[in-house]
Amino acid sequence: MTEMIKGYNFAFIDEYAKREIRRKILKAVSIPGYQVPFGSRELPIARGWGTGGLQITLSLIGKEDILKVIDQGCDDSVNAVNIKRFIKATTGISITADTLKATIIQTRHRIPEEELTEAQILVFQVPYPEPLRLVEPQEAQTRRMHAEMDYAKIWVFLYENIVKWKEITIGARYPVFVNGRYIMDPSPIPRYDVPRLNYARTLYLFGAGREKRIYAIPPFTEVKPLEFEDHRFRIEDFTAKSCALCGSKDTFLDEIVDGDRRIFTCSDTSFCKKRREDPNIPKSSVKK
Amino acid sequence: MGYVAAKGGRYAILNAEKLVDYFRLKGRTLPLNVKTIEEQFRLACDKVMSEGSLYAPELAALALKQAEGDIIEASFLLRAYRSTLPRIGYSEPVDTEEMFILRRISSAFKDIPGGQILGPTRDYIQRLLRFELLDEKKEKKYKSFSHIKEGKLVQKVPKLVNLLREEGLLPKPKVEKDEEPYDITRCALVFPLPRSGVLQAMARGEEGGMMAIAYSSMRGYGDTHPTLAELRVGYVFLKIKHPLTGKTVKVGEILATEAEVIAGKPTQAGEEVPQFTLGYGLVFGHNERKAISMAMLDITMRVQEPKHPAESQEFVICHIDSIESSGFTAHWKLPHYVTFQSDLDRLRKIQKEKNLKIKVKSKK
Repeated sequence: MTEMIKGYNFAFIDEYAKREIRRKILKAVSIPGYQVPFGSRELPIARGWGTGGLQITLSLIGKEDILKVIDQGCDDSVNAVNIKRFIKATTGISITADTLKATIIQTRHRIPEEELTEAQILVFQVPYPEPLRLVEPQEAQTRRMHAEMDYAKIWVFLYENIVKWKEITIGARYPVFVNGRYIMDPSPIPRYDVPRLNYARTLYLFGAGREKRIYAIPPFTEVKPLEFEDHRFRIEDFTAKSCALCGSKDTFLDEIVDGDRRIFTCSDTSFCKKRREDPNIPKSSVKK
Repeated sequence: MGYVAAKGGRYAILNAEKLVDYFRLKGRTLPLNVKTIEEQFRLACDKVMSEGSLYAPELAALALKQAEGDIIEASFLLRAYRSTLPRIGYSEPVDTEEMFILRRISSAFKDIPGGQILGPTRDYIQRLLRFELLDEKKEKKYKSFSHIKEGKLVQKVPKLVNLLREEGLLPKPKVEKDEEPYDITRCALVFPLPRSGVLQAMARGEEGGMMAIAYSSMRGYGDTHPTLAELRVGYVFLKIKHPLTGKTVKVGEILATEAEVIAGKPTQAGEEVPQFTLGYGLVFGHNERKAISMAMLDITMRVQEPKHPAESQEFVICHIDSIESSGFTAHWKLPHYVTFQSDLDRLRKIQKEKNLKIKVKSKK
């Protein structure tokens, strides 16, 4: 789709930077949910537009890899297209929209509907890596709070929410407990995707370029949303709604304003396309 | 269905790219010569090099041309290009006393050793639009420049702060031998950030952002009323240690602006003899506002218990980088419909729980 651009290293950033990022990824995998600071490089894509995820992808990608990039679940969204254009132009690797064919998937705000396997890596773009930023603006303080597992403030915040609103007000970016140790920001995925982080088969990597942090959830790690015994975590409610295109009732839906009406379509456009061809296609092809 | 979610992104992007070029050139005026930008938009280029954190006058001019004069966009282009360059090593510390002076003033004393050198400044020019520039003729101007000899810049003008140090009014700098600077391009920010990291972050910070925070302290959110001990603009040699011989060699020269302010607040906790505090600013190119703002912030951030934004190191350092702040500000233009769906779900649920529903008049 785009010609290779000349005069730049394979995957743009220099090899020393890639090595540093890979070392930081290894550290992140070793300490699930811990935010590892790294020397985030500036890229030709703006800060806040996926440069953290992009640096992870660029440092991991090889000539044999097949890449998928989505934004809000959609392969064809402008920023996803732009990121693919950039990676294609600096690596020449293959691009796919098919979740099952990709070896590396870079995503903003969604986990694909189809279950991923051990052979794949899901790279999240992260705007705010710090789940405690909600209750504490200072980095020096939040780092101390994580070190001491001093998580009282965020629990109180959730409790006060319930007292005031009878509900927790956090929409997306719902904080999770990783491996019983760190509270982690899962990036602005919907709550619908949060349970899918728990004991997943795939390596999840999170990159925050502007805030210069990398963190990870290794395969088969316990990931629990913060909840109370008498106030359970709840995902978005799509009761009695289905996709206007493929008819799915078990996917995350985008609400679309159509005149006076509201209609719903799958947020995962690639899976929606598969379902339109075969309505019975399952979300998991993994043999259990 | 009236709406199809953001499809066909590829063609839209390619067309947007074409339109950008179209709007730059549609008037069919002569395309700007990069050398012209470098020379006649001197200060804009300096700003781009400073905020882009790369001393490359020609590339800065090219970036300005490509960005249609948008300084932040041009700095971003330079900063992204910077990521492709390997870092070969560190230069030797620059001794600004060796500077070839274009301009040098002090507001601390009426006269200073080496004298006040006004140089190219707009400070005392009345800000009246000069309509004759609408149709500027070059030949006439050049004649009036014949007596200006830029090749004979004065050098080794003594620095005022050194004199104050000798008098014991300012503390002697604590120089750690062969101390590796904290390089924020290789290490993430940690707080408290070592001083070398603080100065580096400010040297590449955005003028407007730094000035706003520094101004807040001058105006009343803090109590910084320092004196500008010295401001100098000029060329300094860039020196490195030769990798084979180990000798110091000159590899080029850069234009820089240096500001040194001294705070009237004489005492610091734990000091036996009260002394002034020095705030330091050094930036690429000719940019006095930024150098002064940097020196001011260098002082405000020394406060032990910050009470105001300008006094908090973390607050200042995290918010002055224009590449980061502009990128994140622009990212709100990206689709957010998944997160918005989650928010909608929460709000509807809360309204239902509380039995609160804002009554809306039906349209029909």
